[in-house]
Amino acid sequence: MSSTIKPIDEAQVLDAVVWAIKAEAPLDIVSTGSKRDLGRPFQAEHTLDLSGLSGVNFYEPEELVLSAKPATPVSQIEGLLAAKKQMLAFEPMNLGPIFGQPADRGTIGGVFACNLSGPRRIKAGAARDHLLGFNAVSGRGDPFKSGGRVVKNVTGYDLSKLITGSFGTLAVMTELTFKVLPAPEKTYTVLVAGLDDATATAAMSRAMNSAHEVAGAAHLPADIAVASVVPYVNDAGCAITALRLEGFGPSVEQRCRELREELAGFGSLEELHSRNSAVFWHEVRDATYLAEPLNRVIWRLSVPPASGHAVVAMLSRDLDVHAFYDWSGGLIWLSLPPTRGADALAVRSAIAGFGGHATLVRAPANVRASVPVFQPQTGPMAALSGRVKDSFDPKRVLNPGRMRAGL
Amino acid sequence: MLMPKPDQSVLERRDLIVNALRAIVEGEGVIAQEEQMRAYETDALTAYRQMPMIVVLPQTTKQVSEILTYCHAEGIKVVPRGAGTSLSGGALPLADAVLLGLGKFNRILDVDFENRAVVAQPGVTNLGITHAVEQEGFYYAPDPSSQIACTIGGNIAENSGGVHCLKYGLTTNNVLGIEMVTIQGEVIRIGGKHLDSEGYDLLGLMTGSEGLLGVVTEVTVRILKKPSTARAVLVGLASSEAAGACVAQVIGAGIIPGGMEMMDNPAVNAAEDFVGAGYPRDAAALLIVELDGPKVEVDYLIGRVREIAEANGATSLRVSENEEERNAFWAGRKSAFPAVGRIAADYMCMDGTIPRKMLPEILRRMSEMSIKHGLRVANVFHAGDGNLHPLILFDANQPGQLEAAEAFGGDILKACVELGGVLTGEHGVGVEKRDLMGEMFTRVDLDQQQRVKCAFDPKGLLNPGKVFPQLHRCAELGRMRVHEGQLPFPDIPRF
Ligand SMILES: Cc1cc2nc3c(=O)[nH]c(=O)nc-3n(C[C@H](O)[C@H](O)[C@H](O)COP(=O)(O)OP(=O)(O)OC[C@H]3O[C@@H](n4cnc5c(N)ncnc54)[C@H](O)[C@@H]3O)c2cc1C
Repeated sequence: MSSTIKPIDEAQVLDAVVWAIKAEAPLDIVSTGSKRDLGRPFQAEHTLDLSGLSGVNFYEPEELVLSAKPATPVSQIEGLLAAKKQMLAFEPMNLGPIFGQPADRGTIGGVFACNLSGPRRIKAGAARDHLLGFNAVSGRGDPFKSGGRVVKNVTGYDLSKLITGSFGTLAVMTELTFKVLPAPEKTYTVLVAGLDDATATAAMSRAMNSAHEVAGAAHLPADIAVASVVPYVNDAGCAITALRLEGFGPSVEQRCRELREELAGFGSLEELHSRNSAVFWHEVRDATYLAEPLNRVIWRLSVPPASGHAVVAMLSRDLDVHAFYDWSGGLIWLSLPPTRGADALAVRSAIAGFGGHATLVRAPANVRASVPVFQPQTGPMAALSGRVKDSFDPKRVLNPGRMRAGL
Repeated sequence: MLMPKPDQSVLERRDLIVNALRAIVEGEGVIAQEEQMRAYETDALTAYRQMPMIVVLPQTTKQVSEILTYCHAEGIKVVPRGAGTSLSGGALPLADAVLLGLGKFNRILDVDFENRAVVAQPGVTNLGITHAVEQEGFYYAPDPSSQIACTIGGNIAENSGGVHCLKYGLTTNNVLGIEMVTIQGEVIRIGGKHLDSEGYDLLGLMTGSEGLLGVVTEVTVRILKKPSTARAVLVGLASSEAAGACVAQVIGAGIIPGGMEMMDNPAVNAAEDFVGAGYPRDAAALLIVELDGPKVEVDYLIGRVREIAEANGATSLRVSENEEERNAFWAGRKSAFPAVGRIAADYMCMDGTIPRKMLPEILRRMSEMSIKHGLRVANVFHAGDGNLHPLILFDANQPGQLEAAEAFGGDILKACVELGGVLTGEHGVGVEKRDLMGEMFTRVDLDQQQRVKCAFDPKGLLNPGKVFPQLHRCAELGRMRVHEGQLPFPDIPRF
């Protein structure tokens, strides 16, 4: 009989996992379920609901560190940080919009379990670069810890990296300690109008290769730009390339002037100030432009930044593609008409020559069950990943199959 | 230091092994003569020495793969080595192991400005990467003090840091991809010029794994444009408390300096004697705060740092007005190790990390320990991220002093853990801190780490005797614990 187990502390998580091992009953690990549609569907009769493990353990702004239980809402953490003029620098993405669900339901455990980072990834690093340490219960029923609360730490293997992005398949995190950073005083966005994808890539590359510390570089082709709610972007009537500058006031103003000079040859320029910038970069972060219509499938591709436009060009030859770029061209969000195979072969062969990976973010469950959601691995790499899973969860009780069959 | 017992059956086969390796790597690439192997008997932790069984210096990934395949099949241990600058004995040879030197992997393979990436062989030095891109104004950010010598492969194995890691991250935050060879001889590529991994983050796991999980044969790192301006502020303070407060308030003001270093009075004086950098000899603590970025930003932040320093009663304060001055400010800090080397016969460099706010407390405890152990200590810190480098002064020729220095070092690291920090911030566990791992981790924590090791190296042949205080067989670690009793969690709500 299926059931939901709702522990309230680490000891109860341990009991639940030990029970699952004995009963050979795989667990589906959730808290609010905001990311439940992300990944490969798998059969688990029992649900381990972590929503009882919520709350901030400590927050020390001068130490740039915060520690929380896994089900602590991201919105709560961001609120605390904002009050001290700090932030999660990797800009955790909010999946609500593209899954057609309410926004801001994400928890901090989910953020790290999925390693989803936003536009500032190119400057500040990914979620994986911010997790300093954690406590967890492994699929062997062992409570263990790794890392600590300081940034400089090479004591033992860096399991914080391994656990981040492992989609709950290695261990159940019960406490997470991560790095936070000062929030910028001011944010400007330089907009370049009317560039085709290849020229936009060159413009973004020029900006990234300057000393102006660009903290976001995105390109919206014309069909995407109209979906923005930000003036100048939605009413430009053409493609928009956006470059974010942030930091201390005088510095942002100066860099904005210099960057505009640098990009003057590319096209007509505009700029967004702090408030519009915030709205715009949230849209990019959450890929809201692709939310509608809900039945189209959504892919997220990570490729070498200079090659992104070529990948999209290749796919656009045969498919009805809506796409935009983040990470200076290295992150492609694209939507395709619904098909049984989600055009996975076409998408993956388009990136094959460039290197990188493609994740099927949105598709009906039956499609995600038959198409590899994450980039398939083969040979020694697949075998090694399997052995890593074995080392944490030999009985396959934690989210088995969420990343791929057998893992 | 107890190392794994040499395997007699391997030692007896030494001549056969030499021949087998010569069939893979021709000519001078296999070294079996004792006098030629002497250069490899230690790394920068010179207190420990061991002649390797054989040294092999391959040049291609294929050769590395063949060597490892052979060693794995024959049950022969392998110790990887870059430039041998490890301060924790990570590259210390074993009597019955093949020392695999990567020095001949010294080519830059690809400089790609469009993707802001460099692909290099692992034996390229850290500074060699910057040299390959600096004509276009780029650099590779992590900058260990050993950067003219240490290799990028060694940097990955140790997850090395440097003065600029406070703002730009450690090695792990700047590596995009690697090619590695497993002990079974399989060649695996992880990452590339794109961001983030497609499955488990094995790149993150490999970084800082101290040569225990695989041999890195190619590296892709990201490069950055050099900031247009950098200026440093040199602040003398009357107490370590004032220095600690200064550091906390700079960060609290939302400023992340390019670097924020601290030296205590003995270190200041040793450096001043050595290079005459113009440091205030009377300062209880000296801070070097470097701001980098656009000129307006640097000038603006210099002003804010100055205010904070003055509010904390700075006894002296100088701001660099040109590159020459900035380099002079750093000269003393950068030569702190050799400077301290001059005032004592020997010194031991420790590497703990503490939460920043504990700086005054750890210094207080260290002066007590100094009296207890009868040895002097000089301190340099990466203050911005709480990484301490206490230098314990001793004379190995005086009976008992080496032991006293080791005991003193152990006490410092235990105190770091007690104050919420860790045993090693950037130098690695190696053999040096191996037996202290129990101060930070439980048996269960360490067993889980060793199971990860088993996933890569089930026979335990790659760099054994490092990092883990006790070696357990993988079969033993793999066994599931028997959980006693009836089905638990009657108290947990179920629906
Ligand atoms: C004067 C001095 C100053 C230093 N300053 C700093 C500093 O500021 N910051 C800092 O972090 N460190 C510092 N170090 C320590 C040291 O330089 C670093 O740890 C460096 O990364 C080691 O590189 P290496 O090439 O010398 O590696 P080695 O010493 O040869 O090896 C180190 C470890 O890496 C493994 N290894 C080496 N190459 C490979 C490979 N290709 N594949 C797999 N494993 C490999 C070895 O097995 C060993 O465990 C300093 C050392 C000295 C002597």
